[in-house]
Amino acid sequence: MEEKIAILEALIFASETPLAVEKVAEIFPDLKRDEVINLFQVLAREYERRERGISLQEVAGGFRFQTKVEMAPWVGRLKVVRPVSLSPSAMETLAVIAYRQPVMKAEIDRIRGVDTGGTLKGLLEKKLARIVGRKDVPGKPIIYGTSKRFLEVFNLKDLAELPTLREMKDLRSSEDNRD
Amino acid sequence: MSYEIKLDVFEGPLDLLLYLIRKNEIDIYNIPVALITSQYLGYIDAMRSLNLDLAGEYLVMAATLAHIKSRMLLPAVDDGGEDEEAGEDPRAELVKQLLEYQMYREAAGILAVRPLLERDVFKLGALPEVVPDSAGRKDGRIEADLFELVEAFRRIVAGLEAVEGLEFSVEKLSLAERINEIMEILSREGQISFSELVGERQPLSPGRKRIVYTFLAILELIKLRMAKVRQAVPFGEIRLFLAVAGEPETAKMQNVEV
Repeated sequence: MEEKIAILEALIFASETPLAVEKVAEIFPDLKRDEVINLFQVLAREYERRERGISLQEVAGGFRFQTKVEMAPWVGRLKVVRPVSLSPSAMETLAVIAYRQPVMKAEIDRIRGVDTGGTLKGLLEKKLARIVGRKDVPGKPIIYGTSKRFLEVFNLKDLAELPTLREMKDLRSSEDNRD
Repeated sequence: MSYEIKLDVFEGPLDLLLYLIRKNEIDIYNIPVALITSQYLGYIDAMRSLNLDLAGEYLVMAATLAHIKSRMLLPAVDDGGEDEEAGEDPRAELVKQLLEYQMYREAAGILAVRPLLERDVFKLGALPEVVPDSAGRKDGRIEADLFELVEAFRRIVAGLEAVEGLEFSVEKLSLAERINEIMEILSREGQISFSELVGERQPLSPGRKRIVYTFLAILELIKLRMAKVRQAVPFGEIRLFLAVAGEPETAKMQNVEV
């Protein structure tokens, strides 16, 4: 067990992308999937317990080491911090894509009430959004979705981890409490 | 060409409407259309006087508001329930749209405060380290902007004035040719300074026309993203570089703004 955890730590460290459970399961053929997941959890807890600067985080379908949020001001001094800069319109567009995917541009335009073309292009360039395919209706419009990079950048395990949207009917019922 | 200056306060007509609703402390399900319409039009006028070009969506919404307002003024006609929309509040569609937009805007707000990679959390060796200032003098280039390029151009032309006599240009120049020449040099050398480029092959007097063509060619190459201009220090020599296609991801990201 201890040895396997040490190996796992090395694997995560050396992996360029978040290390998936499946990948580790291939490397440890004698372990069941549950046991591999358990290894990850033990290691993650260990990192959590040691009050150091690194944590083991589950993102984009795998695990990666990343600095803790509290460390950001210090790490920023070392790095040329050039965070993904997203304007409010880019964030809105990204939110619509994330929650409604696969979604057509016309649908995003309708929800936001403005033309989304430029913003959408920016998101595609930053690889936060991607073209998923074409809808099988006349004109074959392009449909968009979020990318794996979106999960990585926003620290999300998967799309299910997105904060749940308040449903329309919830909005309706809470109208009395509005200011 | 008209430039659209976006008022950064509003993301669009829906955002403006939500703002007016909040500002007036109005119940979103019972919007006083006349009041909101007149305020909305007031903002449109203000924005128009600031902008050279107002996004068309704002005008569409103004028309929608006017339409709703006119329907509200009409008495609720009850012609035996034939009209499917007879009983419906003319504002219903707009309210639904506003609520939906508001929901996604909130979602965007929630996303924005998540720990962001390369802002709040960092992964292994993801970004280049800061180049220290002392070493930076040599390597830390700054991107030269258009004004510096124009200034360099002005300097060279001004220097030319002094030695200029009558000039008979026998040299035939074309912009395409000059672009090709520069690209040839760049692909051979990788980089060249602006003054080398204009003085090249004709060290005594490059000729005004040649400088102009060189300058235009550089602008064209930058526009086509085939070349980059950099300056090591402010007012220093401007150097032209071949734009490399396979640049590191992080370097690219720094130049892209949404």
